[in-house]
Amino acid sequence: MKLEYDLVIIGGGPAGLAVALEAEKNGVENILLLERDKYLGGILPQCIHNGFGLQYFKEELTGPEYAERFIAKLNDNRIDVKTETMVIKITPNKRIIAINRNDGLLHIQAKTIVLAMGCRERTREAIAIPGNRPAGIFTAGTAQRYINIEGYIPGREVVVLGSGDIGMIMARRMTLEGAKVKAVLEIMPFSTGLIRNKVQCLDDFNIPLKFNHTITRIEGRKRVERVIVAQVDKNLQVIPGTEEEISCDTILLSVGLIPENELTGEMGIKLDPVTRGPIVNENRETEIEGIFACGNVLHVHDLADFVTEEGEIVGRAVGKFLKRNRKYRSQPIKIVPGDNIAYAVPQHIDFIVPERKKIKLFMRVKKPAERVRINLLDDKDRVLGSYKKRIVTPGEMVSLYLPEILLDDKLKNITISIKKG
Amino acid sequence: MKADVVIIGGGVIGASIARELSRYSLKIILIEKEDDVAMGTSKGNSGIIHAGYNDDLKTLKGELNIKSNLKFDKLCADLKIFFKRIGSLVVGFTKEDFDKLKELKKNGEKNGLRNLEIIGVPKLFELEPNLNPQAKYALYAPTAGIISPYKFTIALADNAVINGVKVLLETEARDIRVKERQVCGVVTNRGLIETRTIINAAGLHADEIAKAAGDSFKINPLKGEYQLFDKQWGNLVNHILFPIPNKLSKGILVAPTVHGNLLIGPNSCRVKEKGDLSTTKAGIKEVYEGARKLIPHLPHQDLINSFAGLRADIEGRDDFIIEASKNIRGFINVAGIESPGLSSAPAIAEMVCDIFKEVIKEISPQLELNYKDDFIEILPEQPRFADYLDKTGEWQEIVEKDADYGEIICRCEKVSKGEVLGAIHQPVPARSLDAIKRRTRAGMGRCQGGFCSPKVLKILSEELKISPLQITKKGTDSEILKTKTKDMIKETGVKFKDEIRV
Repeated sequence: MKLEYDLVIIGGGPAGLAVALEAEKNGVENILLLERDKYLGGILPQCIHNGFGLQYFKEELTGPEYAERFIAKLNDNRIDVKTETMVIKITPNKRIIAINRNDGLLHIQAKTIVLAMGCRERTREAIAIPGNRPAGIFTAGTAQRYINIEGYIPGREVVVLGSGDIGMIMARRMTLEGAKVKAVLEIMPFSTGLIRNKVQCLDDFNIPLKFNHTITRIEGRKRVERVIVAQVDKNLQVIPGTEEEISCDTILLSVGLIPENELTGEMGIKLDPVTRGPIVNENRETEIEGIFACGNVLHVHDLADFVTEEGEIVGRAVGKFLKRNRKYRSQPIKIVPGDNIAYAVPQHIDFIVPERKKIKLFMRVKKPAERVRINLLDDKDRVLGSYKKRIVTPGEMVSLYLPEILLDDKLKNITISIKKG
Repeated sequence: MKADVVIIGGGVIGASIARELSRYSLKIILIEKEDDVAMGTSKGNSGIIHAGYNDDLKTLKGELNIKSNLKFDKLCADLKIFFKRIGSLVVGFTKEDFDKLKELKKNGEKNGLRNLEIIGVPKLFELEPNLNPQAKYALYAPTAGIISPYKFTIALADNAVINGVKVLLETEARDIRVKERQVCGVVTNRGLIETRTIINAAGLHADEIAKAAGDSFKINPLKGEYQLFDKQWGNLVNHILFPIPNKLSKGILVAPTVHGNLLIGPNSCRVKEKGDLSTTKAGIKEVYEGARKLIPHLPHQDLINSFAGLRADIEGRDDFIIEASKNIRGFINVAGIESPGLSSAPAIAEMVCDIFKEVIKEISPQLELNYKDDFIEILPEQPRFADYLDKTGEWQEIVEKDADYGEIICRCEKVSKGEVLGAIHQPVPARSLDAIKRRTRAGMGRCQGGFCSPKVLKILSEELKISPLQITKKGTDSEILKTKTKDMIKETGVKFKDEIRV
């Protein structure tokens, strides 16, 4: 089947949904949203816990409720949606090949494409845990799907590796289902998830969180029988003699998320080695004009609310792109991660920003710190802007607006750096 | 249950023999203790079809490897599996290595290989641009190739079943019945199978089976660990790269797989237990460092799997055992099939077939061994979407006939529901997640089943009409799920305070 659209969005999670609605609001008419699962919402339908929407809606919602707010609006609009449709290939000239049961192969020509494929979980293999390969080893998200979507519990005695948000949420979820969560192990000296999740998911349920600990071996032939855990030193190396055995039948892994950029890479778009997402400008536009990216495919977010916000930035940008309503700067500004900044998105600023519009930067820090200033520095280390923060931690994204007044035409680099004070 | 012959072991050797014997009108039963074929050494090896320069032609290893190598093109075409004759390079760095390469070449030529060549710089780097810049020479053997060893085994077993062989899974040989020094049956966990001939192809456990028949040799497992990298790195090398071989093994190699991944390994480590398939911290490091001697820049961040396999190494012997028992009649040992066992499998099967004919002549002269007219040599094509990515028009026709081929289950490896259903209904059927994975590659990719395993589990449960709670990873006792939601909390009786919100 051959189709033509002004905008094709790959992925119907919070990012894709926000793009679709905001693009339509901004005058884009001919929109197709492609989703590989049976339903829209991405991973939200399996996130039945609360805590969504506090930023965006100023009220507390569950994942399915949060998704439903957007899906309901989408149904009121003239946006074409194809679920259970897998995109196989995207070419740089914006041809998309996709497949589903009813249409077979779809060949779609788009004027603009938004990549909103989300991310996947790092596996046991990615961190090379030695030992056997029995049943009972799950990524936390897969376990979440088994429980919340399929209605089955994958384990009775559980050890969680990694204090990522999904790991902590699943530690609570398994506990509420009657499973015994023996420990949550974190190799770093701090939690990699949100502070509120540590409090509400672990502390409230007396689930021990062991910092500087990791699994050194998985044992059990057919099903997990036990894990050997050990303490690590500052260089994350196992301290001999600290090994202990924990018997369990299940291991949940929450050891990081990887943006799903296979389609992106295959079309030749450069990826940022830190975010593992495409390198983008302030419109979240990749190096190929008219191909945008947002949400977890661009960089892994902490809150769905920020994903929505980023989707809306892209929705507006697509509108402008199609109306050819944008002016390039004489030279782009590079955003450079400085002291204690792991990454910042966007990586460069290409356009002259209309008055009263601000550019939003998202970033993550490398190490936790308290009472800090985030400084924006120009090429000569002059401070362009400075923002106070009581606490920063790698598990929580930091966002700030770049005031347009600072973006004079000679500026080549803005370095972001965190200092005590 | 009765059979003319029982083959013990569903590895590549048992499956090859089953297929070879199924050319004759015989009642053949193959028993396998695991829930699928290819569950031992046949799934944990390098998947290399060696050219045949390593071993002496006077040994079975040397003779059967050479005899088999050229059979693989037709055999794999018939069985509809990938075989790529990409050639191998044994890489040398020093003058000493160069002498060793000359020795290997001489031995290969004695074995009848005519196209071996020692190459140097710059040709070496034209062939392998990512090779360690300190490499100086290599023995190039163009007839070496790569194969998926488990896909090969499954296809052989499928073909045997189509030709009348009965494959009994999760059926373990517990004892051999012997009467007046003549085999009369196999005792299994599922009962007795009466038979006057047994072929012992039990891999690592062949010594235990042989012992039950009165033959004594000892198999010491020799573990090898491997690492597999994401598909985007399969083209980091163009050939199978070996270091200079040592006494124990051919060394830690770097090679692409037929599916486009990059494989490194194996190391060699003696282990006590035959079931010890665990990877170790030391092994992971040894394999990685070993492979880096050939390819210094390995994509560490894109490691997607590490696993181990066990070699069936016979104590005090450096060759296969392929012979009729000298103690009892009707019992044939096919043991110690370590490298180049996979490469030798087709010729091993023919040799066993000849031995079998001799044995039969002696013990059942009335049993006539006739070629069947209706032997089916060729397996039907199983359409795989991943092979049609450049010919989507043809896949469109397949989807129009059967919409299940339009529903993609595994995003990483691009596997359709139709393919998963095909695996469940194959002659040797898939009953577990791992069995589906080996047949279709669903779960074999970069997310390692994170996204597709709940879907595959559901399809298995629906298709086999059993509860999801009964679906396993790899047979009995490896069930994936424990209870339905709400059932576990009822069992434990734990109560939570009302004010806790979830």
